[in-house]
Amino acid sequence: MLNKLWAGMIIVGVMFGAFTGKMPEITNAALDSAKEAVTLCITMVGVMSLWVGLMEIAECAGIIKAASRWMRPFIKWMFPGVPKDHPAEKYITTNTIANILGLGWAATPAGLKAMEELEKIEEDRRRGRLPGIVRKRGIASNEMCTFLVLNISSLQLIPVNVIAFRSQYGSVNPAGIVGAGILATMVSTLAGIVFCKMAEGKGSS
Amino acid sequence: MHFFLFLSDFIVPFVIFGIVLYGLLQKVPVYDRFIKGARSGFLTVIKIMPTLIGLMVAVGILRASGFLEFLSSGIGKVTGLIGFPGELVPLTVVKMFSSSAATGLLLDLFKEFGTDSYIGLIASISMSCTETIFYTMSVYFMTAKVTKTRFTLPGALFATAAGLAASVVLAGFMQ
Repeated sequence: MLNKLWAGMIIVGVMFGAFTGKMPEITNAALDSAKEAVTLCITMVGVMSLWVGLMEIAECAGIIKAASRWMRPFIKWMFPGVPKDHPAEKYITTNTIANILGLGWAATPAGLKAMEELEKIEEDRRRGRLPGIVRKRGIASNEMCTFLVLNISSLQLIPVNVIAFRSQYGSVNPAGIVGAGILATMVSTLAGIVFCKMAEGKGSS
Repeated sequence: MHFFLFLSDFIVPFVIFGIVLYGLLQKVPVYDRFIKGARSGFLTVIKIMPTLIGLMVAVGILRASGFLEFLSSGIGKVTGLIGFPGELVPLTVVKMFSSSAATGLLLDLFKEFGTDSYIGLIASISMSCTETIFYTMSVYFMTAKVTKTRFTLPGALFATAAGLAASVVLAGFMQ
């Protein structure tokens, strides 16, 4: 899937650019994007180290545990295959809370750690140490798909950026969209949950 | 309004302050723990660095070719028929690939139509219920070394479509 998507983007881009005469722009875009990715990674190394470091303190102090306890019924229901007290649970919890609060910079690190832990669960399943459908390496588990769909449907309470942009462009009521935004985000998240629950039922395909 | 801006200014310092203070009160060796966590966060980023380079090059090429604009103007003609303004299609499509590029388009829409117009409202609401699908999927799945993503993409597109439909309906009510 990702192999085809990635190749597709490049092939379509170059071919389309050849037709529209944008080859110089494409050359620049390829080189600049590579550079930009490294710059982004350097920024991310800092933010990610800071945040995961703070999370480690929060973890030790029992804050994450308290939050997990509060969210457990939901997590348990969405991710029935994640064993109780598995590290994946705490990262999924942190990621969800950060997403709801609109802390994108904190959501990504926790999300990536959650994916690493979900992959460890898959590895344990392959070795027969955990129950569940055994999948070959490289195939997403139900938990991974559900987690990603939840993440992408982005349950967010206050879209701070949008409010700031609206006030900058002269809205009479910049924060007036907060209520509608919450409703819309709930609709998309619910749609995502329903879709995942149905797709998971289809089993191993 | 002021409350929300106040909140966005204070939330990060407050979270940092709260965690460190609570850790101290619980007698956690805060600095040692911080370093331990920071190391693990550091390694995660280093591991996804090649992924990010590959992905951003592909998105960069696609964006520079003008294909996204071409695609959105085509889709726009169709979506106008079902009540989704064609002007919003570029924003919706681009948001699936890049958040910063989408921000640029959002500001263009605000300038052209105004923040509280029908289109401005749909754009504002829809920004809070959509995500950079392709970016998120690639980075997260590469971290888990997954290439077969099964129902993630259809699920994400379905959730996004539901959010967009809700945005259009809600904006209609607010006008």
